[in-house]
Amino acid sequence: MENKINTYKKITVKDLNLYYGKFRALISIELEVQENKITALIGPSGCGKSTLLRCLNRMNDLIHGVKITGNVFLDGTDIYNAALEVAALRKRVGMVFQRPNPFPLTIYENVTYGLKVAGMHNKKKMDAIVENSLKRAWLWEQVKDKLDHPALGLSLDQQQRLCIARLLAVQPEVILMDEPCSSLDPIATMKIEDLMMELKKDYTIVIVTHNMQQASRVSDYTGYMLLGEMIEFDVTKNIFTRPSKKLTEDYISGKYG
Amino acid sequence: MRIHPRYIQRGAVAILGSATLLTILILIFIIFFVLEKGLPVISLHFLTDNPEDMGKAGGIFPTLIGTILLPLLALIIASPLGIFTSVYLSEFTKENNVTKIIRFGTDCLAGIPSIIFGLFGYIFFVVTLGFGWSILSGGLTLAVMVLPTIIRTSEEAIRAVPKSYREVSFSLGASRWQTVKKVILPNALPGIVTGVMLSIGRSIGETAAVIFTAGSSLRIPTSVFDSTRTMAVHFYILAREGISAENAYGTAATLIIAVLLVNLSAYWLMNRFIAKRN
Repeated sequence: MENKINTYKKITVKDLNLYYGKFRALISIELEVQENKITALIGPSGCGKSTLLRCLNRMNDLIHGVKITGNVFLDGTDIYNAALEVAALRKRVGMVFQRPNPFPLTIYENVTYGLKVAGMHNKKKMDAIVENSLKRAWLWEQVKDKLDHPALGLSLDQQQRLCIARLLAVQPEVILMDEPCSSLDPIATMKIEDLMMELKKDYTIVIVTHNMQQASRVSDYTGYMLLGEMIEFDVTKNIFTRPSKKLTEDYISGKYG
Repeated sequence: MRIHPRYIQRGAVAILGSATLLTILILIFIIFFVLEKGLPVISLHFLTDNPEDMGKAGGIFPTLIGTILLPLLALIIASPLGIFTSVYLSEFTKENNVTKIIRFGTDCLAGIPSIIFGLFGYIFFVVTLGFGWSILSGGLTLAVMVLPTIIRTSEEAIRAVPKSYREVSFSLGASRWQTVKKVILPNALPGIVTGVMLSIGRSIGETAAVIFTAGSSLRIPTSVFDSTRTMAVHFYILAREGISAENAYGTAATLIIAVLLVNLSAYWLMNRFIAKRN
């Protein structure tokens, strides 16, 4: 699987601009996300990497005063097309957030949340999906006997993996991760990274991280962003060993700022 | 000369502490005063007998009924209206001048003296709509009166639900309404219940708005178009007309105990609900 040559472009971003009121937070972004690969977005705080990530499943729609121009194609369909149903898009392009954010419900209810809002009632089917999702998030062994316990009783990294399981339950195609390890310790971070390597076999992953080592460890492609612009986008190895832009090199080598 | 921060802090703590102590003492004094004079009057007969001689003798049974029915009716009308309004305002509108004006309006309404609501209720419900002095007029007036409180407290409770819950819910493909139903309302419920509770407390003790709209009949009502008398109104009339100071205190004590019971049971219910969720 790992060696499979795959050049299918899952997501294509074309000339994307985003304005918060008058402020232009994203400037003519071009990006291609390959299927079954991990694409990392790096850059200093405020460079727009999270904003770009949130454009990919239209989470920015929720913010008042945001205006977006340009296109984001998912499997060739423009997701900013007025006819598209946002809820359906978000099921295909799911998100893992910076802080683990399980609902104050039981573990089981957390994993089935997305299924229930999609109208599923079949208990047997849901049981199977819960087990499968938790297994895929490497959490099943720890929680299988306490599915009816409150999710907030889990440790932080277990909570984050629960959030991943909750996402896997709705069978997304793309997983967006917004600094998923920033509130975790190094060991928990390693676990999440290993999990990402496993998940990319079946999913396309885009991760925003402020941790350059993380980007170099896990990602196949890396984009470096600065002040709303995509400075450089390339295979991860190239970005970290021989970046073609001076700005990228400065950042990679710690000379930024 | 510079005073050491430690002494300044001691001074501050002393001021804050004595303010708290004074507040509590005043509260205890009032309750103690009323209970001391009123408790000896309260008996099973006092609670279950009809008043005799305008309340000079006998019990307060009809006013118990009135005190239960009016706030209950107000609650049934105002809670859904208020909660729905607050959900709409906080989740389905974008902040703009219209919502700001609505919010300003509700804040103003919340500060209007209750006798104005009584006057409005009298003109609108009693006279114009022809409901007369009745439970219906009184309940509607109380509902209008507590509506702003319910709207504002519910809205605060809804706003206090973490933004991340909304984001996750949307990111899992939920609609706005599903998010409201499954995430926002359950998490805002304790705050909403607190607001509703405050409103019950306010309408149980309300006198001015009720006397103009529900009248002061001492008969036991048989329909919502009958006039009734609440404990607060009964107390007012007993004291004001000099009918019986003793029975007035008895009524006041019963009223205080009733409010305490309502609050305690609401807290108990809420804690049980929270415990169940966690």
